[in-house]
Parts: sequence; C-alpha cells; structure tokens
Amino acid sequence: MREERYDVVVVGAGPGGSTAAKVAAEHGLDVLLIEKNQEIGVPVRCAEGVSKRVENFVSLPKECIATEAAGARIFSPDGTCVELSEKTARGKLAEVGYVLERKLFDKYLARLAADSGVEVRVKTQAISILKDGSSVKGIVVRDVSDDAKIFADVVIAADGVESKIGRMAGLETRIKPADLEVCAQFYMTGIDVEEDFSEFYLGNKIAPGGYAWVFPKGERSANVGVGIEASRSRDGARALDYLKAFVRRKFPEGRVLGQVYGAVPVSGPIKSVADGIILVGDAARQTDPLTGGGILNAMEAGKIAGEVVAEAFERKDFSESSLREYEERCKELNEKLTRMYRARLLVSKFSDKELNRLARSLEGVRFEELNARELLRELIKRNPRLLMSLAKLFP
Amino acid sequence: MAVRVDRYKCGYCGACVTVCPADAIELVGVCIEIRENCNECGVCVNICPVGALELENKG
Repeated sequence: MREERYDVVVVGAGPGGSTAAKVAAEHGLDVLLIEKNQEIGVPVRCAEGVSKRVENFVSLPKECIATEAAGARIFSPDGTCVELSEKTARGKLAEVGYVLERKLFDKYLARLAADSGVEVRVKTQAISILKDGSSVKGIVVRDVSDDAKIFADVVIAADGVESKIGRMAGLETRIKPADLEVCAQFYMTGIDVEEDFSEFYLGNKIAPGGYAWVFPKGERSANVGVGIEASRSRDGARALDYLKAFVRRKFPEGRVLGQVYGAVPVSGPIKSVADGIILVGDAARQTDPLTGGGILNAMEAGKIAGEVVAEAFERKDFSESSLREYEERCKELNEKLTRMYRARLLVSKFSDKELNRLARSLEGVRFEELNARELLRELIKRNPRLLMSLAKLFP
Repeated sequence: MAVRVDRYKCGYCGACVTVCPADAIELVGVCIEIRENCNECGVCVNICPVGALELENKG
C-alpha cells in the first residue's frame, strides 16, 4: 500500500474541518484535508441559517449569502407570533441573520485553507485509522486510484454527524435517538415569503421535539424544513411526513426544486480527544441542542483545534493529555452547549397549550438581543412558575 | 443482511449511521452500506426521515 506522511490530516471539508486545516497550516504545519464527496459542500445537509456573527470568523464573499434577514419570527402552535427583529433590538444581530449558500460557503472555506498551503483531496474517504498501541497515527484513505496509508501525528476528525473516525479511535460517538434530530427540507419556489424574516414554527403536531422552519432564499423562495426528535419518529410520522403536511398547509402553491435530508446531534458535548486525535464540529456534537445551529461552533472549535495542534507540535507531544488543552479552551462553548441541552430537555416536553401560553406571555416585549438565550431569559421572567427548572440554568 | 436500504428513497443524511448501536452502518459517499454484524434492532428503521430502511422479512 502507498504510504504518505503529513503533520496533520483533517477528515471532512465542512466549516469545522476547513477552519482547523487552515489554522494548522498557518502555523507552518504540513496539512492534508480530505473530503469523501466528489465536490466540497455537496450534498448539502443543512438549513443554511447562520447568525451574522459568522463575520467574526470570516469575511464572506457576496455569493455565499443567499439572503440577509433582519430578524426571526417564532410561531406557537396557535399561531401566536414572537418577533425578534433588529429594529426592536437596537441593532443587535439576529440568530439566523444570513441564509447561506452552503455549496459555495464550504468551497470558499476550503479555498482559504488551500490558499494557506493545505493540500485538499476530494472523493477521498477515510476507511480506517492507523494505530500504534493506543495512539492514532493516521488514516487509511480510499480514492479513485487506490488505498493509501496517510501517517500523521494528529488526526482532526471533522467527519460530521456520523463521527465514524472518533468511534474507530475508541471515543463513544454513538447517539441515542432522543439526542438526535432528523430533518427533511424542501428548497421551494413560487411561495409567499417575507424575505426579511426567518420563521420558526413550534408544536407537537408540527414537529414533535423540534421545529419547522422557513428560511428565505431569494425572491419567493425558501428552505422549508422540519426537524423532529428521532425517538419520536415512526412509520407514517417521519420527518418527511411532517414536512409534507406543513408544506401542504402553508405553501400549497409552491414548487419543490430541491430536497435535503439531515441529522443534527443534540446531545451536548462529548469527550473529544484521545491520543493523536481531536474531534471537531458535528463529530464532537458541538451543535446547539436547542437551535440545532452548528456552523459557528464548528468554526470556533476548528480554530481552537488548529491552534492546539500547532502547540502540541512545539511540545512534540500528541498524547491525550497534551491535546486535552483543546477541551480546556472549548470549555466556555461546552458549558453553553450543556446549558442548552438541559433547556432543550425541558422545552421539548411542553404541550401545545403551554407553548401557546408562553408565546402569549411575550406580547409586546422588545428584545435587547436576538438569540435563544435572551428569549429564554425573558420567558423565565414572565413565567416563573412554569419555567422554574429552566430558571436554574439561566440565572 | 437484516436491514435493507431502498436506494431510491435514501437521502443519505447519516442518521442511521449515527444511532446504530452495533456500528453496522456505513455511509460511503452517498451510499448506505449495512454490514453483517447488524443485530436487527430496528432503531435505524424507525428514525429514517424518509422511510428508506426496512427490516428484511426472512420468511
């Protein structure tokens, strides 16, 4: 078998992997970034909404942004609307402020990595890992030509929700259905949508344990999707069934130009380092358990991973204890994720009646900040008894 | 093979790979492959967003 040698090999060219690869290369490391798909960013497995905070990480070319929204509208089961808009929030940035073109966004991030000296290979799948005792020493890849052993001091596994590389390395990355959201989405056109707002629909009949969304994507077009808790999925009541019902009711006149299916880990953070390996992004379960958003967390963690790996090279120590610095620096992120996980457990148990009551309690509220945390805070203030256990999470 | 994938239905989301307790499912590119160590627990069949997985009737 062909053998090659890099300092670092990154598995998966999503936002987490490309960011990690770029940062490691900027620190002078020899980095290989592999992507199993033929084309980076394809197939899309995402609703494409992201906070405008994305610009703290990268300055985006125009073509990566499909739509810019000024706010969000959250609908309770009876249609009561809670509006979070930049107008009412004194110029603060919306949680879903941009709807991205992930196909282009992911390619752009990979290009930045390539420009920093990263070698990128597509249609290249990691099929197993190389180990020396307990330590990960690289991966075996398969591409159109043949299999190759890629030796590396550190493997950064940004291989998405399946998180197979981590599992091969002995990290427990399996997820129980209660900690997974399964999603179906149509890219629709010919529909009446307000381009300024991303919309969220809650309710046990609409999306049990999740929500339905309408993220505007250009004129009279939108990503329309539903995510449900996997443990509540069964024959005849799958994510696609809920999406079809939602679309029939909301956009009967629409045309479907694309279908997207995805799975979002909502377990909260897991152990993400072992000897010679770091997990990043969905693979490390770094998605926000309440909103399902994962892009920015993956980029933040990717950056940290790149930096920690560079420092590990200075120490020439790639053991778990050396790489644990990654978890140390992800601590703030992980604490936020854990809080959101607990919030999710509570929120997903609300009946439709309770959701309606909560939405009505927010009538006339002007939000100072446009994010889920602020929304929860306000809800707690107005519903202290119903949300007593939630209040402990957001003192 | 105990679980069958309908390739016409599969949307290659990876949900089944993620929940499989036996680690018997692989997403190769856009194709789901199920290995022999599948223990027929049926978790993947229930959670699939489109219903592309089926427990094979061994009759």
